[in-house]
Amino acid sequence: METLTTFLNSFLPEGLTTLIIILLKIIAILLPLILAVAYTTFAERKIIGYMQVRMGPNRVGPKGWLQPIADTVKLMFKEIISPTKASTVVFIIAPMLALAPALAVWSIIPFWDGGVLADVNAGLLLVLAITSLDVFGVILAGWASNSKYAILSSLRVGAQVVAYEIAMGFALVGVLMAAGSLNLTEIVRAQEGGITNWFVWPLIGLFLVYFISGVAETNRAPFDVAEGESEIVAGFHVEYSGMAFALFFLAEYAMMILISTLTALLFWGGWLSPFGHALDNVPVLGTILGDGFHWLFIKALFFLFCYLWFRATFPRYRYDQIMRLGWKVLIPVTLVWIFGEGVAIALGWKPWL
Amino acid sequence: MFRSISHFIKSFTLFDLLQGLSVTGKFLFKPKVTIQYPEQKTPLSPRFRGHHALRRYPNGQERCIACKLCEAVCPALAIDIELEERPDGTRRTTKYDIDFFKCIYCGFCEEACPVDAIVETHIFEYCFENREGTTITKEELLAFGDKHEAEIAKRKAADAPYR
Amino acid sequence: MTFELFLFYLFAAVTLGSAIAVVTVRNPIYAALFLILAFFTSAATWVLLEAEFLGVVLVLVYVGAVMVLFLFVIMMLDIQIDTLKEGFIRYLPVGLLVAVAVATEMILVMKSDVFNKVAIPDPAPLSVSNTETLGEVLYTEYVFPFEVAAVILVVAIIAAIVLTLRRREGVKKQDPSKQVRVRRDDRVRLVKMKAEKRS
Repeated sequence: METLTTFLNSFLPEGLTTLIIILLKIIAILLPLILAVAYTTFAERKIIGYMQVRMGPNRVGPKGWLQPIADTVKLMFKEIISPTKASTVVFIIAPMLALAPALAVWSIIPFWDGGVLADVNAGLLLVLAITSLDVFGVILAGWASNSKYAILSSLRVGAQVVAYEIAMGFALVGVLMAAGSLNLTEIVRAQEGGITNWFVWPLIGLFLVYFISGVAETNRAPFDVAEGESEIVAGFHVEYSGMAFALFFLAEYAMMILISTLTALLFWGGWLSPFGHALDNVPVLGTILGDGFHWLFIKALFFLFCYLWFRATFPRYRYDQIMRLGWKVLIPVTLVWIFGEGVAIALGWKPWL
Repeated sequence: MFRSISHFIKSFTLFDLLQGLSVTGKFLFKPKVTIQYPEQKTPLSPRFRGHHALRRYPNGQERCIACKLCEAVCPALAIDIELEERPDGTRRTTKYDIDFFKCIYCGFCEEACPVDAIVETHIFEYCFENREGTTITKEELLAFGDKHEAEIAKRKAADAPYR
Repeated sequence: MTFELFLFYLFAAVTLGSAIAVVTVRNPIYAALFLILAFFTSAATWVLLEAEFLGVVLVLVYVGAVMVLFLFVIMMLDIQIDTLKEGFIRYLPVGLLVAVAVATEMILVMKSDVFNKVAIPDPAPLSVSNTETLGEVLYTEYVFPFEVAAVILVVAIIAAIVLTLRRREGVKKQDPSKQVRVRRDDRVRLVKMKAEKRS
């Protein structure tokens, strides 16, 4: 990085160099992310297939590994059809509005100690704020499509996301109380010292609430009322085709990966090794079993797998059941837990500090 | 009272959900039974009803005597027959067309045929590239029968005891 | 012109433009969208002022929650623009009067030295998180007003719930909490009986 900076500085003005460096960093984060999204779709079809005693896609390329690329190529060459009387500008903007927040949050995700694009102080708040913008893409897509199915779906999604955002926010309040900081790097550092120090154990209720509302937030099964095949067809993106549809797809999976990574960071110690620093001095094992990006990767992968697992297991909730779960179960649970945690912190009880 | 406590514990430990997850988790590792179609194929019954064929006697003579029973029994009106009397006094078809878009592969023509001339074969992997080619003529049916005669005879023989 | 100044002018221009668009655009949905844009750019301006907490909260609360509900209401109500435009000429004098009054007041305030009396404090050093600072001030110095505001908000929540809560008789509604409590024994009665004799 240093050498690149000096190299660029040799023939470019300083401001431009910073810009180029930042752009390069953004690309370095986004390219693997988009690749991960592509292969998440593949993994989803494969894993759900396996759970249903099927094979899943295995035709394109060796063992089907080129399937997502074939899908992308197909979607890219499809025509984007805009319905008559649809509001064209909003119709085109909506998928971008869905995707942009899902990608923007990655700027403040620390991948390893110090491996973060923007080390924001109010990181957790920013995560909440940006993810809350994600719902606009859906709502506007529903409205702009000029289709009753789409708008019904977008209304459902809107109400659901607003409801679960509250539970999610409260769960995060519990985390920041335990960590004493809003900065994501600080939150992970607060969990230092092996698997027993991770926040899951004292905050297990909040962890469950967070993950459940994360699933609801991304409109995934069993909370995927946005797309009830028998009632509102494909939901808010019925009218979308080609790349515009692919953007919604991309946004959904990017959000899934994001929620998985955040869960790993906030509750499961992020890049921290479950063994703590006990094995750091062992020659080769030390680097593998010590802290590092690979631990975050494994943890995030597990939660991503859980998403697919849930989808293969649970039937879709009815709408009133979703609302009941959000307002009458998850929010009270978080409130009680935060209160208990506050009392514990005030009294200085050990596990809840 | 006990009931609501047990319900409370059950729902907050996510007991039912974990139970469901364990089922799908087990199925993840079960051996998969999907047939990889073009490479692997399931066995076909000798009664399988696929592409039609007209058969000949071993001496090379057409079996079909243009009795039109198949045309009469065909529920989809897919068969179209015209006939003539040959110089040797036999009654033969000049036209035997089957419209494969109309055909529902019920096998009635095969059942109706007194001389086992029209049969439905085991071959189901065929396609049409345009709408004009969907009507199969007598020549094509005979050629198809000649090509697959060995297999057809074997399958008909296997099914004969049950007819 | 520094980069920050450039950003400020950019955000300010976008805010102003979208704020004007909110009142001039014909389609109410577009108006709401421009309002969102205005909120967002003003949040950006706040972040530029190193008040990142306020900026983020503005996005979180107004853009993420309030405007979603706004859009909801606008989408569900079929607003007839013609009927809204009907009384335009009739209300124009009153509207102009209010506009002029507001403008003169603002100009008077801006012209006077009210804002210049207090020296603008240097922004706090970056190491101090302004979330923390705000929290400390809020829970020590202003704890009483804070609590009062909280109580008022709770009252508002309860009032909203009470106003919308209607218990109607004879509505065939499902109660999910009753449904999830159902057990097999409540619904199914296993009956043992002898096999019937074939007659």
